[in-house]
Amino acid sequence: MSQKNRLQSGGRIDRSKAVTFSYNGRRYKGYQGDTIASALLANGVDIVGRSFKYSRPRGIVAAGAEEPNAVLQLGATEATQVPNVRATQQELYDGLVCSATNGWPSVESDLMGVMGSIGGKMMPPGFYYKTFMYPQSMWPTYEKFIRKAAGLGRAPQERDQDAYDIMNQHCDLMVVGAGPAGLMAALTAGRSGARVIIADEQSEFGGHLLSSREQIGGKSAADWVADVVAELAKLRNVQMLPRSTVNGYHDHNFLTINENRTDYKGDKAPDGQVRQRMHRVRAHWVVLASGAHERPLVFGNNDVPGCMVASAVSTYLNRYGVVPGSKLVLMTTNDGAYQTALDWADAGREVVAVVDTRANPNGDLIAATRARGIKVITGSAVIDVKGKKRVSGVIVAAIDAKRDKVTGKPQQLGCDTVASSGGWSPVVHLSCHAGSRPVWNDDIIGFVPGPTIQKQLTAGGINGSYSLDKVLSEGIKAGQDAASRLGLSPAAVKLPNVRSVREGKPMALFHVPHTKPTSRAPKQFVDLQNDVTAAGIELATREGFEAIEHVKRYTAMGFGTDQGKLGNINGMAITAKVLGKTIPETGTTVFRPNYTPIAFGAIAGRNCKELFVPKRFSAMHKWHVEHGAEFEDVGQWKRPWFYPKAGETMQQALDRECKATRESVAILDASTLGKIDIQGKDAREFLGRVYTNAWAKLAIGKCRYGLMCGEDGMVFDDGVTSCLGDNHFLMTTTTGGAAHVLEWLEFYHQTEWPELEVYFTSVTDHWATMTISGPNSRKLLAELCDDIDLGKDSFKFMDWREGTVAGVPARVFRISFTGELSFEVNVQANYGLHVWEKLFEHGAKYNLTPYGTETMHILRAEKGFIIAGQDTDGSMTPIDLGMSWCVSNNKPFSYIGKRGMAREDCVRGQRKHLVGLKTKDPSVVLPEGAQAVADPKQPIPMDLLGHISSSYWSANLNRSIAMGFIKGGHDRMGETVYYPLADGRVIEAEICSPIFLDPKGERQNV
Amino acid sequence: MQRYSGFGLLKHSLSFHENWQRVWSNPTPKKKYDVIIIGGGGHGLATAYYLAKEHGITNVAVLEKGHLGGGNICRNTTIVRSNYLWDESAALYEHSMKLWEGLSQDLNYNQMFSQRGVYHTCHTLQDLRSNERLVNANRLQGIDNEMVYADQLQKEIPALDCSKDARYPVLGASVQRRGGNARHDAVAWGYARAADSLGVDLIQNCEVIGMEINDGKITGVKTKDYGVIKADRVGCVVAGNSGVLAKMAGFELPVESHPLQALVSEPIKPFLDTVVMSNHVHGYMSQSDKGDLVIGAGIDGWVGYGQRGSYGIIEHTIQAIVELFPLTSRVRMNRQWGGIVDTCPDASPIISETPVKNLFFNCGWGTGGFKGTPGSGNLFAYTLAHGKPHPIAEPFSYYRFHTGALIDEHGAAGVAH
Amino acid sequence: MLHIYCPHCRELREEEEFHAKGQAHIARPLDPDACTDKEWGEYLFFRKNPRGLHHEIWYHTAGCRKFFNLTRDTQTYEIKEIYKIGEQPEVTADKG
Repeated sequence: MSQKNRLQSGGRIDRSKAVTFSYNGRRYKGYQGDTIASALLANGVDIVGRSFKYSRPRGIVAAGAEEPNAVLQLGATEATQVPNVRATQQELYDGLVCSATNGWPSVESDLMGVMGSIGGKMMPPGFYYKTFMYPQSMWPTYEKFIRKAAGLGRAPQERDQDAYDIMNQHCDLMVVGAGPAGLMAALTAGRSGARVIIADEQSEFGGHLLSSREQIGGKSAADWVADVVAELAKLRNVQMLPRSTVNGYHDHNFLTINENRTDYKGDKAPDGQVRQRMHRVRAHWVVLASGAHERPLVFGNNDVPGCMVASAVSTYLNRYGVVPGSKLVLMTTNDGAYQTALDWADAGREVVAVVDTRANPNGDLIAATRARGIKVITGSAVIDVKGKKRVSGVIVAAIDAKRDKVTGKPQQLGCDTVASSGGWSPVVHLSCHAGSRPVWNDDIIGFVPGPTIQKQLTAGGINGSYSLDKVLSEGIKAGQDAASRLGLSPAAVKLPNVRSVREGKPMALFHVPHTKPTSRAPKQFVDLQNDVTAAGIELATREGFEAIEHVKRYTAMGFGTDQGKLGNINGMAITAKVLGKTIPETGTTVFRPNYTPIAFGAIAGRNCKELFVPKRFSAMHKWHVEHGAEFEDVGQWKRPWFYPKAGETMQQALDRECKATRESVAILDASTLGKIDIQGKDAREFLGRVYTNAWAKLAIGKCRYGLMCGEDGMVFDDGVTSCLGDNHFLMTTTTGGAAHVLEWLEFYHQTEWPELEVYFTSVTDHWATMTISGPNSRKLLAELCDDIDLGKDSFKFMDWREGTVAGVPARVFRISFTGELSFEVNVQANYGLHVWEKLFEHGAKYNLTPYGTETMHILRAEKGFIIAGQDTDGSMTPIDLGMSWCVSNNKPFSYIGKRGMAREDCVRGQRKHLVGLKTKDPSVVLPEGAQAVADPKQPIPMDLLGHISSSYWSANLNRSIAMGFIKGGHDRMGETVYYPLADGRVIEAEICSPIFLDPKGERQNV
Repeated sequence: MQRYSGFGLLKHSLSFHENWQRVWSNPTPKKKYDVIIIGGGGHGLATAYYLAKEHGITNVAVLEKGHLGGGNICRNTTIVRSNYLWDESAALYEHSMKLWEGLSQDLNYNQMFSQRGVYHTCHTLQDLRSNERLVNANRLQGIDNEMVYADQLQKEIPALDCSKDARYPVLGASVQRRGGNARHDAVAWGYARAADSLGVDLIQNCEVIGMEINDGKITGVKTKDYGVIKADRVGCVVAGNSGVLAKMAGFELPVESHPLQALVSEPIKPFLDTVVMSNHVHGYMSQSDKGDLVIGAGIDGWVGYGQRGSYGIIEHTIQAIVELFPLTSRVRMNRQWGGIVDTCPDASPIISETPVKNLFFNCGWGTGGFKGTPGSGNLFAYTLAHGKPHPIAEPFSYYRFHTGALIDEHGAAGVAH
Repeated sequence: MLHIYCPHCRELREEEEFHAKGQAHIARPLDPDACTDKEWGEYLFFRKNPRGLHHEIWYHTAGCRKFFNLTRDTQTYEIKEIYKIGEQPEVTADKG
């Protein structure tokens, strides 16, 4: 198909580079430099979508980020699908595949459209709140149909193969927008020596100058832009980011920029390149030069394809060499839009009329238009549009805007394009992100940025300054202001000469009256993407939704992917009109990030999968992998869970590991336990304050178990701390709790007890720790260690010694979490694998068996030892856990947790106590998490006594064992409780001591 | 009250929708009320409705400093569930759940309450243990909740990555199938309309700037625009601003107000038909009937009244979502926003008497406020009507922070949201 | 995202390096055992939570691991001053 609307010459497209693309399965041609939108218009494609609620055909309205309709599905392959691509912003490339996102069987002839025009009458704003309620049971069915209509594009069904990255940047000045104001600000600040980043969402710098036919400093606008860009490129202190949208302007001058690095080349990034990059920028100062969006007017059937924003028509003409129709009617409230009529006429097509809503417009452009012989109809408006799938004509009538009435006799004009301009809305979005509210300015008929505490300057269209000389001079001034605030001497930049145009006063008109009342007039759209009409807004206010937030929410105005860039101000103005208020009385409008949508992948950057959270491995990890370990995630750590042999089930592996430990010798990699080195003359005193038990008398060479509580008296961590020297201790913590414990210690030291001389250092990663446990552990260790006397009486339980193991310096702790004779060997981490392997060399004859966390859990449960985090949940005191032996109330200092434990609720009876539980049938293992009741036949809700926190099959005891909580459990030994399970079974269990094996502790004392 | 129905819509369409009645009037406040409710958000409006409906107290004013339903009720991720761990919370949220079921019909306002199921994914063995504990407790408390494991979960939620190559592979999930989503605005507006029709005065743009307290007893409130309005009892339901109101009454609360952020994607075709929450990788998501993916982010760690938080939280949340749902990588984030949540140290609310006689507070809902709306209003109405808490609300006393009888939901199951 | 000056590192660093620890200047009672349950509960849980100036403790978790205080406006998020533990704020609500 030929590009019937393409002009023979002009525009910034490269006619030598033709590209082929497909839309809705048909192939079209365009040129490099086109957007999808400009290429579709060039090819005479009118319909790009169906509206959300009424399924009305919709065409391209705008030429940039504000486009509400042309939202397409893009992607040639499944993995590269991109939903909701704005056709006005997506650059065309060869082989591009896109399609409309709704319409069945096609967007051209959509059956839903028939439904829409009939059912539409029953779909005023908020209709869904008023129906689909009866009968109650039908809602899921109704909803199924509602959801069928949901959404625009679709997510891919295959994984994204592209990479995204994140770059942190700092600069003196961040310039947002590279139109005339932004370019001038960047140039001025750049010449002054400031480190500048200037970003713009478009493929080229220049902003609206790219579609302007103005002269600047005696050059064409395009040449002037090229010269400024060339100078900026030479300044080493200036970084230019085209195709980069500043999407968020957060507190403390933090900005996020989404740089589109390859989307203009294809839907998949070329190998080795990232598709998009997020810049996280911290800027000393910011110049917002984000320009303004032209507002369309609100009139009857203003959504028929062919209705466009006036400046967009000029953009397609001047920038892309596309004339999106044959016969134009232009409606305007201001002088500026006349340029569109002139541009259109220059392209050799017919301007049927300019309809000016003002009675006596008289600026230079009006004179120029009249001089061209173009009919100007004043004091009138387009009140209705004819045509379904494309404009075929308009109804024009004289209006009295003050009285909101049509005053003249309507007449019909034939045309296929209606351009409208209701003036401009400054792009204040970013200025609102950190909490500032924009303020209404009657002179420019728009909101401008409000007061802010951000280090923010503004220039150009965002201030409501639209004449080119003003825009350029504000840019220079902003650049100079920024430079001087940065302590630089501002460079002088000469304001280039530009044509001066005498303009008449614009008219504040948003909603064009119709001969019928709004509720009965043809639909007058305010928010095209969400099908919000003027009648809808009136209805909302009639129903009591009078706050602007209510109106927006009730009608869904501004909640689309365009976030109401075209419609919000019109909607507010209509609300104000209905309520008889001014716009500022009606409220203000607040925008939140993002300015335009950003791919999740880009925000996530590389921080997924492997890099989502770092993985931590012990020094022996390689060995575990080679020996078939299954791993468990504990915090960031990968810990061996168990080591199945070929053909073994998990339970068989655990049984084998458990038995090996109690019968001969086994080994656990315990390196992940948190280790904190504590030094200083007050270290001992400090320990006494943060642990619940006594530390005053712990001698050098001795170890002690301690419990740590919060000020509320609830246990949060535990571990063994050893006395290495008079002023030197080594504390161990749980694997997951290490960082928290360190912060806890520092907090109390630095903020409460700075007078204590004590220092803390995390040494978790410095040591490899291996626990050798079992009756043969001493024999095995002796083979590798000849400088520590391992004898029963010389190296006692809860002692530690320094020596050499397998030829390397080691600390050996005789502590036990299994209840067996155990030695915990600590060596410098990089020797860990060597020592581990040596132990296996010598251990073969003892059947040295590696065991993982699961066996560790079983063995300690046989002994009734708790695991903080599994057997505690932040609601248990040491007393609840049956660990009053670990609480000293004789310490002079009121240690952390002591007062908390004494509160009314902590000393009442019937608290939940940790006990052991033996199932009546020893072969039945209680599921962890099962809840105890006294009477399983009681009605629901039952009186719950407590849950099972740990439960295992004990191969050593040849029965199941469990630990759990029971209300008042310490006083209910021997009683029976019941565990009703989801599968209907009720398991009977007897409350007992949690120590199932060797209650006297003889095995560890051999 | 004009009754809503499909037939009504049809009828009104014939008159171009010109005859719909106002959903609420805008009365001028009287000099005195039996009960003043400060805060016209979801909880305050629900309280007013139940005071009128269940206790026959209609001489009630709701004083709202902005517009009705403009606080957290319109800034949340609309998740409803009742599968809390402790008996006290389970009873509270299940009371709320039972009111949700049938609320559309009760209010004659479609709440779009969809019981599409709420899943809590488990990524570690400890996650599994916590959820199994929760599921067992809930079943015996009379609350539906069940475990599903990875293979079954993958079938139920095709878009969720249940493979082993995730950083924290999904091992299973607990699911409350009665849980789901509701339409947030409909809750506020539905309660407001119903309360208004029962005679409650809903006063918008009426900021309370002081409390009239004599001899430790409240007699009214001072407003910015209407002077002193007297009341026999005053209920304060202002979420994030609770601390500010408590200060006016001369006491502190065990509450801190934090930013809580959320975000939505652009609308896409149906992708996820349930609610998925992952406490371990810190993200949760559902999809609205319009097609937006609605995503909850975490709480910022500092006190903030600015209705916005830090970008780092958004970033981390999106990472979690892409980790859980890799197919969202090319879906685009449209908009983010923030609410101010009042959080208690135990992640459970306060529905309680206060040191000031006849002044009651309902606050501290943290991230649980939306789902709690009907139950909260219902129980607080009882409290205001009787001058003492409803038995279900009793454990949620302000004084538990003195005695230590906390209801520690985040410590317990690690599922604070 | 906040930009925070660490008085120990003497640098402005990203919020991500820090951890907020809540209201500052809550001294642990010198004799906890003499406190009533009410007093202890208030020490543990009750907070000023102001809308406006807030004195709070921050921890430079991923930096020097030191605690410090700052005064921040909880409405605008503006940081008014940074001061070390043991020091008193200069910017206070009553001083305006």
